[in-house]
Amino acid sequence: MQKLISKDAVMDNRWALLKVATGPEILQAVPGRNFIVPFKFWKLYREELNDYGGNIAIWLDSDEDISQIGNELHSLPLIALNFPVFSDGRSYTNARELRQRYGYKGEVRAIGDVLRDQLYYMAQCGFDSFELRNDQDADLCLNAFEDFSTNYQATIAEPTPLFRRR
Amino acid sequence: MYKYDGYDQQMLADRVAQFRDQTKRYMDGQLSDTEFLPLRLQNGLYIQRLAPMLRIAVPYGMLCSRQLRKLAYIANHYDKGYAHFTTRQNIQFNWPQLSDVPDLLADLAEVEMHAIQTSGNCIRNTTTDQFAGVAVDELEDSRGYCEIIRQWSTFHPEFAYLPRKFKIAVCGTAIDQAATQVHDIGIYIVKGPSEEIGFRILAGGGLGRTPVIGQEIFEFVEKKHLLTALEAILRVYNREGRRDNKYKARIKILVKEAGVEEFQNKVFQEWELIKDSSLTLTDEELNRCLSFFNSPDYDDLPDSPPALIENLQSDLLFAAWHTQNVKPHKKSGYSIVTLCFKETGIAPGDVTDRQLEQIADLADQYSFGEIRISHQQNIVMADVQQDQLYELWKQLKTGAMASHNLGLLTDVICCPGGDFCALANAKSIPIAEAIQRKFDDHEELCNIGEMNLNISGCMNACGHHHVGNIGILGVDKKGEEYYQISLGGSSKREASLGRIIGPSFAQEEIPDVVENIVSVYKERRHEGEKFIDTYNRIGLAPFKEKVYAKAD
Repeated sequence: MQKLISKDAVMDNRWALLKVATGPEILQAVPGRNFIVPFKFWKLYREELNDYGGNIAIWLDSDEDISQIGNELHSLPLIALNFPVFSDGRSYTNARELRQRYGYKGEVRAIGDVLRDQLYYMAQCGFDSFELRNDQDADLCLNAFEDFSTNYQATIAEPTPLFRRR
Repeated sequence: MYKYDGYDQQMLADRVAQFRDQTKRYMDGQLSDTEFLPLRLQNGLYIQRLAPMLRIAVPYGMLCSRQLRKLAYIANHYDKGYAHFTTRQNIQFNWPQLSDVPDLLADLAEVEMHAIQTSGNCIRNTTTDQFAGVAVDELEDSRGYCEIIRQWSTFHPEFAYLPRKFKIAVCGTAIDQAATQVHDIGIYIVKGPSEEIGFRILAGGGLGRTPVIGQEIFEFVEKKHLLTALEAILRVYNREGRRDNKYKARIKILVKEAGVEEFQNKVFQEWELIKDSSLTLTDEELNRCLSFFNSPDYDDLPDSPPALIENLQSDLLFAAWHTQNVKPHKKSGYSIVTLCFKETGIAPGDVTDRQLEQIADLADQYSFGEIRISHQQNIVMADVQQDQLYELWKQLKTGAMASHNLGLLTDVICCPGGDFCALANAKSIPIAEAIQRKFDDHEELCNIGEMNLNISGCMNACGHHHVGNIGILGVDKKGEEYYQISLGGSSKREASLGRIIGPSFAQEEIPDVVENIVSVYKERRHEGEKFIDTYNRIGLAPFKEKVYAKAD
């Protein structure tokens, strides 16, 4: 079972991640739950999904364009951004854009190849929950958020750059 | 030079502790090779042919004597007693053990040094003209801006996993010794519409497999917008740079494929968003960073003091060195001295622990305790009193550091090549040596005059062969080492990329080929014309004819 953490603690995962979804009937098979569905799927079946009883969130792959989410962005309780491989850095920029350009206030979750040694930077870029790869030790991963005492840059977690604080 | 405060020092300590933990987890088998790879690269550590290679960051090439002594200690303690200056103003050690690296980094941290982001797909060390702050032709000292960029780019959380490496150079001099236009981002310090100082910013330059000269993205940005402009460019690149093919992943390919206007539009869209954000530089921060690079306490001295004139007349060797290696300084009575590390028989850019210590002592004695590394792999003492040049030279002679071939054909830029580097197709150091042996007459070298000969052992182009007046590239031809020659490259203001002369040559043919090229130049040059200017006037054909006529 994959562990979910925030910066402070191991969390209960209230969301089921649908990595692949073919049609809306899949949601009816397990009613009453919260699903993170693929962005393309959500685009295609918006109306059917509105009728569905549970909560719907979306996930985007690193090469998907967050500007295409559109006006409904703010009604989404959670947006997950995928790391197909930990060395693909696009989701860092996408997370920042979600927060900075679109002012998204909901939960931004890192999914996919999410490993201990990238967590600090992810948190700085606006992620607030982290679905760890299966083999990761959640307690060790919680230490990652203490890797650095501060940053030089203006980030989502610390919007004031060091030069305005020192 | 810049001095760390508590924040800088703490972040550096955090980094050493982080890498110590990562190395331990790797050695315990908790991190795979693939997972450890970017972590070690972003701490300068390569696994090479013979041993790991560690690249130490030297921000914009500046070192003080205390740091030089620490490097000497490291060369002695963790390595085989020598270090290597790179073409990006950094220092490399070729023989450290992986398990020693955390301790080595802790030692470096004691003198405000590190190996952060000297490799990997992140923003690398920011480089500049090695004469910054002392050049006669400078608009403004670039080093304070380099330091601002260093801090912004260090541990930038958004840009640690870019499509590919990313190099930034800043230049405030007219001549441009920083190869600014062949960087991913090249920044020129310029005057704006109302005479205020700001920046012209190019993007998409680079060497490697597809050499390109950078294109203008910002014609002029005010000082306060330096970081927001850079962040906007990086954000577009991080999101849109190609990740499907590592040979097409540099920003130059993105700019080329998108077209400069389209790329520029995207950058401006990002810039609009952050232009007037907290990242906009404050006057306090600009003043703080620039103030670390105020001129040292110069004495009021006349140019060309009598003692110097006398020594130049009485000692011809000193005079030869003075002509080649000593350049004018913005302050009267002072000179800029370059120590040329291109002694025949020693790999270009190699320096021993003993020499590092001696350089530290000489810097303390003659140049306010500071030196710079140039991208031509030499050492600069930037503030030497003219009446002390002779003394300095005599001391350099005893340390075998008084080579007077600066800027001449034998002042070869050369990567470590197949002798050390796992990426290389061919050796490069023995090629440099063979050429140096062929051209061993100083008078003849002076007769040939200003000439850059650059050698890379593979198309990653660490030896900057594309921008050499003569460029030599090692290639693999059915398992054998061959060398391709190009002519007409330049990394100065009028930057140009060399053109390949024709089919490649075997190693033993290279010195004769170079001699033939030089002979065409000598026959065809006008009075006082440099090689590059003759080449630009007469083109490739006469050289080609001569070089291949002999091969038939």
